[in-house]
Amino acid sequence: MTGRHLKRIRIGVSAFFLALMAALFLDFRNAFPPEAVQGLLYLQFVPSLLKFIHAAALGAAGFILVLILTALFGRVYCSFVCPLGMLQDVIGAVGGRKRKPRFRPTPPHHLLRLAVLGLTILGLLAGSGLLLNLLDPFSGFGRIFSDLLRPLVIMANNLAAMVLEPLGVHGLYQVRWAVIAPVSVAVTLATLIPVAWLAAKHGRLYCNTICPIGTLLGLISRMAIFQIRIDSAACQGCGRCERVCKAGCIDMANGVVDNSRCIGCYNCLAVCPGEGLRFDRRWKRQNAAPPKPGRRGFILNTTVGLLGIVGLGRQVPPVIQSRPTTIPERVTSPVSPPGSGSVARFTATCTACHLCVSACPSRVLVPSMFEYGASGLMQPRMNFHAGHCNYECTVCLNVCPSGAIRPLDGEEKKLTQLGVAKFIRENCVVYTDNTNCGACSEHCPTKAVHMVPYLNTPEKRLVIPEVDPDICVGCGGCEYACPTKPYKAIYVDGNPVHQRARKPEVKVLDETVDYREDFPF
Amino acid sequence: MDRREFLKQTIRGSVLAGSSVFWGGFRGFARAAVPAGPPYDLVAVKGGEPEAMFDRAIASLGGMETFVPVGGKVLVKPNIGWDVPPERAGNTNPKLVARIIEHCFKAGAQEVSVFDHTCDNWRRCYKNSGIEQAVKEAGGRIVSGDSEGYYQTVSVPRGKRLTETKVHELLLDADVFINVPILKDHSSSVLTLGMKNLMGVVWDRGYWHRNDLHQCIADFASFCKPTLTVVDAYNVMKQNGPRGVSVGDVVPMKSQIVATDLVAGDAAAARLFGRDPADVRHIQLADRMKIGRMDLNGLSIHRIKL
Repeated sequence: MTGRHLKRIRIGVSAFFLALMAALFLDFRNAFPPEAVQGLLYLQFVPSLLKFIHAAALGAAGFILVLILTALFGRVYCSFVCPLGMLQDVIGAVGGRKRKPRFRPTPPHHLLRLAVLGLTILGLLAGSGLLLNLLDPFSGFGRIFSDLLRPLVIMANNLAAMVLEPLGVHGLYQVRWAVIAPVSVAVTLATLIPVAWLAAKHGRLYCNTICPIGTLLGLISRMAIFQIRIDSAACQGCGRCERVCKAGCIDMANGVVDNSRCIGCYNCLAVCPGEGLRFDRRWKRQNAAPPKPGRRGFILNTTVGLLGIVGLGRQVPPVIQSRPTTIPERVTSPVSPPGSGSVARFTATCTACHLCVSACPSRVLVPSMFEYGASGLMQPRMNFHAGHCNYECTVCLNVCPSGAIRPLDGEEKKLTQLGVAKFIRENCVVYTDNTNCGACSEHCPTKAVHMVPYLNTPEKRLVIPEVDPDICVGCGGCEYACPTKPYKAIYVDGNPVHQRARKPEVKVLDETVDYREDFPF
Repeated sequence: MDRREFLKQTIRGSVLAGSSVFWGGFRGFARAAVPAGPPYDLVAVKGGEPEAMFDRAIASLGGMETFVPVGGKVLVKPNIGWDVPPERAGNTNPKLVARIIEHCFKAGAQEVSVFDHTCDNWRRCYKNSGIEQAVKEAGGRIVSGDSEGYYQTVSVPRGKRLTETKVHELLLDADVFINVPILKDHSSSVLTLGMKNLMGVVWDRGYWHRNDLHQCIADFASFCKPTLTVVDAYNVMKQNGPRGVSVGDVVPMKSQIVATDLVAGDAAAARLFGRDPADVRHIQLADRMKIGRMDLNGLSIHRIKL
């Protein structure tokens, strides 16, 4: 069959996926229902694969479906489902629209492709998912939207709200910024710039050189049942297909299509004036000559090398308090999100797509720097200087596509101990200034942090915090609220393996009030 | 919002925006001077539902017309600090908030806005407190307090520790400010009352906590004097405040205090709770700074039992 209509179907499906996924990552008003997220992201290859490895289930079998689709129709994932691929199509359509001819056949870079794929797999086997996380197209897309575009969207929203609110229009409201993670922004820029440049100049060259998923699916698609081929008997040799091929995989001169590189966009089928291109079953035709391995290689420059610019340490905020605190917080373990079970499990499963970072209404989930070690770069951690984990909130538990954060029901979440609050008395305002504070205890949802008598003068009755570690859930309310600077007087030290907190004892007050009684004044 | 409503609001908003530029900040408090003045300094009610108690209290003060000028802009500031349902009594009773808004509109208010700078996530607090819905049903406007962009720096001339702070622009813009705290136990300030509730109109509370909290609370009360303070003591959290751990912390007291003197209102509410007002240091400090009166003797108090 000629399949001229396939391009239109592809554009429709991919526009649908791209729009929804962009909306999901930019959704700063939390309008996207968390229940819908799993369905939308079901087919995302890497998150689904990791989820399956850690907990094989039908709900995690999206990548198997992708493999089956690839074996049937080739790399349709790359054009219909992959958000980074679709983003490249948009960039290419805008950035390369004046260039003619748009594309030329490119030599395959099989060595490079296989080397990147091999390194990624080796890394995984050696216990580091860093390379996979850096190169996974879904997570890369997530970071572009979450770390780069989302702040811009929030800025535009806030400007619009500032203009509209004085006019009495309150449909928009100003939104608080998330903490900026400079490393993550740098890495994301280091992904976006080369990808965008390649997309504008060379179509889907990134997908056929760097992307390990593209390579892996390419290994299958070269043997796919349905493939595009040149019917040399019917082909008029106009070369239109070559000029619209984003993957550069149509070689008119030799009359072959490299199906390991074909991304299934079907642009070629739409422009073929005759019957020269066919999309049909592979065993109908003779075997094509094997493609020659490419001689040129790219330098793997986009990511790891750029990590060097990371030395932008966290700035210590200016000191306002009359007596700056002197004792640094002694954190022995980072705090991984609720539902992650343990730091080890989390870092092994998370692809750093930053969907939870986008979704967290309290802005407490922040891309990490080296808190999880170099291999855990950009995987989100709980940053209690940025916010605290709302006791009743379960948003992140329901959006994670890779299963690094697993669903917990509300009650279970409230008993999950992510870490334990540690009190540094010498930093506390009550100790240094002899004035009451208690901000930590105010925020504590279980009263694990409670106030006990400290000093009693006729002028002041001072109370000071005390921690009951058994009922502390490590939500970070105390740390976030603690006003001392530069070091907090109370902070949460992470539990490498999440524990179960004891339920706070409920003491029911047995007071009855007689409403007929006189007022006490 | 339909297009007509949009245009109406736009025109109305531009006129007001212009006038507020002309008059500068704080036009409201200067204008809040009332012709005759209410017949009592303080009204205490007990034994009814929040709405019924407020109806009686405000009627005995001459109705909301005593405080709200026709066409006035009203800010109602309940406590919406926590992501807890109404029965936990962590936030002001939504029925009371709604009834206050209704009275404002009946008195001829042009618009009634409601916000709080919450402690837990603001969207969850607004929703789960029941206040967002109550405000909307009563015709009021619920507004975000969650972005620093809404806050403007003001100086606190009489402040001892708090000499300047950032307050929500709605406070500066309002003709009438109705402060609606809920009476609660509080781990930092012994009790949370009218003066403590004002912490929800400022941006940086941390500064207060690290610079003598009680003094800052009193300092701010010297700057920001609500037209009316309505203390919700219908359900009262008597332990584990201010967030509370369970409904076991709550005692139904079915009481309410309405006062024009913020300090007197707080003193009376402290007595209701069973504490000596002098135990709450910021009440004592405010009394000494002559912001209001802690001593309830000599005030004209109307006591109502339903």
